[in-house]
Amino acid sequence: MKNFIRIIFLILSFIGHQFNSYAAEKVEYLKTDWSFKGPFGKFDRAALQRGYQVYNEVCSSCHSMKYLSYRNLTQTGGPEFSEAQAKAIAASFEVKDGPNADGEMFLRPGRLSDKFVMPYENEKAAQAANGGAYPPDMTVLVKARGGGVDYIYSLLQGYEDPPTGVSLDDGVYYNKFMYGNKIKMSNQLSDGLVEYSDGTNATVEQMAKDVTTFLMWTAEPHLETRHRMGFKAIVYLIILTILVYFSMKKIWSRIETEV
Amino acid sequence: MSEHEYIPKSKVGKWFNDRLPLLTLANHLTDYPTPKNLNYWWTFGGILTFCLITQIVTGLVLAMHYIAHADMAFESVEHIMRDVNYGWLIRYIHANGASMFFLAVYIHIFRSLFYGSYKSPREIIWIIGIIIYLLMMAAAFLGYVLPWGQMSFWGATVITNLFSAIPLVGEGIVTWLWGGYSVDNPTLTRFFTLHYLIPFLILGLVVLHIWALHVPGNNNPIGIDIKKPSKDTVPFHPYIVIKDGFALLMFMIVFAFFVFYTPNILGHADNYIEANPLVTPAHIVPEWYLLPFYAILRSVPDKLLGVIAMLSAIFILAALPWLDTSKIRSAVFRPLFRQFYWILVADVLILGYVGAMPAEGLYLLIARIATAYYFIHFLVILPVLGFKERTIPVPLSITEPILGGSPNLATAKNKDSLINQ
Repeated sequence: MKNFIRIIFLILSFIGHQFNSYAAEKVEYLKTDWSFKGPFGKFDRAALQRGYQVYNEVCSSCHSMKYLSYRNLTQTGGPEFSEAQAKAIAASFEVKDGPNADGEMFLRPGRLSDKFVMPYENEKAAQAANGGAYPPDMTVLVKARGGGVDYIYSLLQGYEDPPTGVSLDDGVYYNKFMYGNKIKMSNQLSDGLVEYSDGTNATVEQMAKDVTTFLMWTAEPHLETRHRMGFKAIVYLIILTILVYFSMKKIWSRIETEV
Repeated sequence: MSEHEYIPKSKVGKWFNDRLPLLTLANHLTDYPTPKNLNYWWTFGGILTFCLITQIVTGLVLAMHYIAHADMAFESVEHIMRDVNYGWLIRYIHANGASMFFLAVYIHIFRSLFYGSYKSPREIIWIIGIIIYLLMMAAAFLGYVLPWGQMSFWGATVITNLFSAIPLVGEGIVTWLWGGYSVDNPTLTRFFTLHYLIPFLILGLVVLHIWALHVPGNNNPIGIDIKKPSKDTVPFHPYIVIKDGFALLMFMIVFAFFVFYTPNILGHADNYIEANPLVTPAHIVPEWYLLPFYAILRSVPDKLLGVIAMLSAIFILAALPWLDTSKIRSAVFRPLFRQFYWILVADVLILGYVGAMPAEGLYLLIARIATAYYFIHFLVILPVLGFKERTIPVPLSITEPILGGSPNLATAKNKDSLINQ
C-alpha cells in the first residue's frame, strides 16, 4: 500500500512538472496576492467592480468581450452590481437590433440580455484600426495565455524603453513580459488614468490588478461556485473513503489480516 | 461459465432465467473466484470502467449543448461553460476525465507488463486491451479537436497530415479525411460523429475484455496458476468489490482535485484561442498522454519512417506475449527483468518529457536514444532475457508461503520490498 501510494505520487508529480514546463519562456512574472487563488479563493467584489471600470474606460475601446452579457454583471460570484446599476450600464450602450416591421435595422439602448457591445464591426475592421494587429477578445484571455493572470498583470506594467541595439518599427512597443518583447499595443495605464468611484488611488499597479481580477472572472465566471463545491465534494469523498476503508478491513478480516 | 449450475430460488426467477440466463450471469459475476492476493495495482480495471462510464455520461450531456460547426463550436463551448446549468462542471469532468482515463490505463498497462498478465493463456485479453487503448487514443484526439481552439485545429492538421506520408495514396487519403482541402467544417462534423461513436465501440470491447478475463481468471502478483475456487481465491463480491470501491474513491479524490482546483492545468492555453487557419501556434504539442509517441514520431528524420516507428511502438505491444520468452509471469521472481522493467518505465517517462520539448539539440538526441531503447527492450532484451535469466523459485500456491513450511517463505513476505528495488 505504501509503495503503491509512493509510485502514484511520483507519477503525478512528474506529470505536474511537465505541465509547468509547458510555459516555454522562463520569465519571472510580477507577483501579487490574488484573492481568488487557493481552494477557498473568492473574488474581491470591489476589485471586480473597479476592474470593470478599467475595462470599460480603457480596454473596451479596442478589445471585445463577446461571450459576456450585461446580465452577468449582476450574477452572484461576479462583480454583483445591483440590477439597477447593470441596467444603467447596459443602457449606456447602443445596440444594433432589427430588422423592424419596415425591414430596417435600428439602434436602441442596451438591455441586460444583450451581449457586450463590440468595439468593431468585425475582425477586419479591428485590424484596420490597429495597424494590422487584432486586439484579442478578452473574455477568456487569461486562460488563453500561458502565464495566466500573472502574465496579464505583468504585461500591463512591463513597458520600458528598448535596450540599446533593439530597433522598433512604427507602432511597435517594447514590453519585457511579451513573447519576443515586441507588442503592438502601446502602454495603456498611467497613474490616475481612471477615477475610481470608491475613492481607491488609481495607481498603475492598482489598475493592473483590478482589471486582471475582472478578466479572471470573465474567463471563469463560476470560479467561486467551483471552489465551494470542490471543498464539499472532496470532504465528502474523504469521509466516504474512510468509512469504506474500515468496512473493507472488517470484511477482509474474515480471511486475511492485511488488505 | 461457472463451475456449478445456478438455480434461482423463486419460480418467476427460474422461468425468466431459463429463457434469458441473466441471473446466472449475475451470479457468476458475484461469485467469480478471484485470487485473494491481488494488490491495489489490480483495482485499475474497475477504475477504468468508471472512467469510461463517466466519459459517456458527461459526453452525452455535452453533446446536447455543443454545436459541431466551425463557426459555432468554440462559442458553444463557452455557452456550456457560462450559461448551461453546471455546464462548467460537466465539461471539466469530461476534459480532465480524459486525462484521468489515460493515467489509469497507463497504470493498468504497466501493471500487466510487471506481472506478466499478457502471457498465456491471457493473450486475447491483452490484445483486446491494446485495441481498446488504440481506440482511446483516437477518441481523445478527436475529442480534443471539438472545442475548435488553436491547438484543436493545428493538432488535427498535424495528425491528419501524417497520413500523407503513405506513398502514392497519402495525399488522397488526407483530402478524404478532411472532407476538403484543409481542416475545416466537414472535418469537424465527421470528427464529432466519430468521437461519439468510439466510446460505444470501446464499451463493447470492454465487455469482450472482461469476458476473456473470466475464462482463465485473473492473473495475480505471484503470477501462478491457481485452482478455482480454492483457499487461494475469494468471491468477487464482497471482497474485491469493496477493495475496488475503496481504490476508486481514492482515485476520485485526485480526480476531484483536478476538476475543482486546477481544471485547466492538463490542457494547453492556446486552446482557449479560437481556431485560426492563418496563425500557427509557436509550439504544437499533443495532450500529455500522447507525448511519448509524439517524441518517437519526431525522433525519426523521415516522415514515413517516423509514422511507422510511432505505430510500431503501439503494435509491438500486441506481439508482446510472443516476444517475452520467459515462462515465469510475475517480475517478483525475475530479478533481472525487474530492473529492465523500471528502465523501461523511466524510458517512457523520458520520451514523454522530450515530447513536450522542441525537437532540437539535446532534446532530439535524448528522444532518439530513448526511442531506440524502447524498441530494444521489446525486440532484444525481452526475448533474450527469457533464456538467460536466473529466476527465483515460484511457490506452488498463494496460501502455501503464508502458511509456512515453504522454502519461499521469505520471498513471499518480502515481495513488496522486492518490487521496489
